[in-house]
Amino acid sequence: MECRTVLEHSKALRGKEYSSLELTQAMLERAQSCASLNAYITLSPEVALKQASTADKLIGKGKAGPLTGIPLVHKDLFCTKDVRTTCGSRILDNFISPYNATLVEKLQQAGMVMLGKANMDEFAMGSSTENSYYGPTRNPWDHERVPGGSSGGSAAAVAARLAPVATGTDTGGSIRQPAALCGLSGIKPSYGRVSRYGMVAFASSLDQGGVMALTSEDCAYVLQAISGFDEKDSTSVNQAVPDYIHSLSEPISGKIIGLPREFFADGVDKPVSQAIRESISVLEQLGARIVDIELPNSAAAIPCYYVLAPAEASSNLARFDGVRYGHRASEYSDIVDMYESTRSEGFGPEVKRRLLIGAYVLSIGYFEAYYVKAQKLRRLIADDFSKAFEQCDVIVGPTTPTTAFPIGQKTDDPVQMYLNDIFTNSANLAGLPAMSIPSGFDNQGLPIGLHLIGKYLDEATILNIAHQYQLHTDWHQRIPEGYA
Amino acid sequence: MSLNPDQIQQLARLVRLKFTENEADDFSGQLNDIIRMVEQMNQVDTDPIQPMSHPQDMKLRMRADTVTETDQHEKLQSGAPASDSGLYLVPRVVE
Repeated sequence: MECRTVLEHSKALRGKEYSSLELTQAMLERAQSCASLNAYITLSPEVALKQASTADKLIGKGKAGPLTGIPLVHKDLFCTKDVRTTCGSRILDNFISPYNATLVEKLQQAGMVMLGKANMDEFAMGSSTENSYYGPTRNPWDHERVPGGSSGGSAAAVAARLAPVATGTDTGGSIRQPAALCGLSGIKPSYGRVSRYGMVAFASSLDQGGVMALTSEDCAYVLQAISGFDEKDSTSVNQAVPDYIHSLSEPISGKIIGLPREFFADGVDKPVSQAIRESISVLEQLGARIVDIELPNSAAAIPCYYVLAPAEASSNLARFDGVRYGHRASEYSDIVDMYESTRSEGFGPEVKRRLLIGAYVLSIGYFEAYYVKAQKLRRLIADDFSKAFEQCDVIVGPTTPTTAFPIGQKTDDPVQMYLNDIFTNSANLAGLPAMSIPSGFDNQGLPIGLHLIGKYLDEATILNIAHQYQLHTDWHQRIPEGYA
Repeated sequence: MSLNPDQIQQLARLVRLKFTENEADDFSGQLNDIIRMVEQMNQVDTDPIQPMSHPQDMKLRMRADTVTETDQHEKLQSGAPASDSGLYLVPRVVE
């Protein structure tokens, strides 16, 4: 029962095969027996059981929607008023939000059951979930390896079938990279599609909430529920949300898939590039047309991102001052010392690095050379995509250059860690929707992700192509050993 | 451009962090690696390009100037490390 998809549970719940309460209890027990993965920061059994019985009543009355009674995990940076929201940080260890994030509220309205809050890199800064105050999360495919990050707890939870679906956020690849490393389907929608209200801010012009699940079809159902205009988010897009579910079943013959030469260059591990090429042949067999495209400024995406994201972060994280909420140091001499002690105790090393970089690139004398330069590159990168999309409907490549790496391997070398985002962060810079789906395994049995980037606000096409691919492949049905 | 431990301490003050000498040494090594990587930006000529600050070409939405929030100060203050009579308490700043 635990290994089913969202839609399989949905059918079983409405067919009275089991109740939401039974399913929720089983998932909570499973979470406890898999505690060594460290996928959760907080389990919330009381909330979950209450929401499950409410869902069962609705199902009994025949008033259930497709998501009613389905358990899920929220990344621990979505504010939840019933359960603490830590962001993986000591500074928010005791923080209980006075309100729910819009995404949380919408999924609650849809009848979903919150099992708890997933582990993550502190303030979503990282690509391995090793930068959490609550310790690293382990990859269910190999416990000695990272699940990716920053939404690594969400990814590990779904891969280990502790929940059929989880929410995540993606500022530079934080949904897609862990989805790739854990063998999941994960979608980062277009910037503005999903409300950021109640999502703790890291880099506000890049952050976007999304979904990680076992199938693209499940992603479509949950994305449908969380998308749409929200007046509480000043950057929310006020445009109708297409019917993602309806368009899943469209044939993909005639769709034009662009392959950027730059995404198949040196530096991509052989098993990864091989699996991606095989996936592309599958899409070709399904009738898609493949064209070569260019994204000439791709190499600038990482440097550009690692100026802009820290700059925005250094400003956003100024709010953690030990005055209004969160941790405050116990000893200090005056108010400045109180701020400095509180923040030095409260933040981990990666957050500190990014705050320093952010302050540096924004300071007088360096602002033009770094920050403005990066903003100009951002324009070039976005323009490259606009030109490429004149020739194709979707851009495809590897999500990551390698499969999951060992825990501890890159923790002392931030630049190596940053290079994990080499294929993912340009979609954030340009605000485009993008997803990762399972597309094979390397010779160590570790999952490989296929990356699909769509036109702005065209989540429907990438979901459609991903779903059709999954109807003709079974990579997404593999379960890590010991979790079946 | 590279940063020495003194400059790290100066940046730390800007973002309200404090480091021991050892910490400043460690951070300066890592930050210099990051800055070297970031300086690859200079390989691209961006002279005539307009900076892009945001993925959307949009104006900020305006709303009617009406009261939409209710007074929730007790609830909002309940998580504060120190508060009294509706005020946040901080160390004395004015003698």
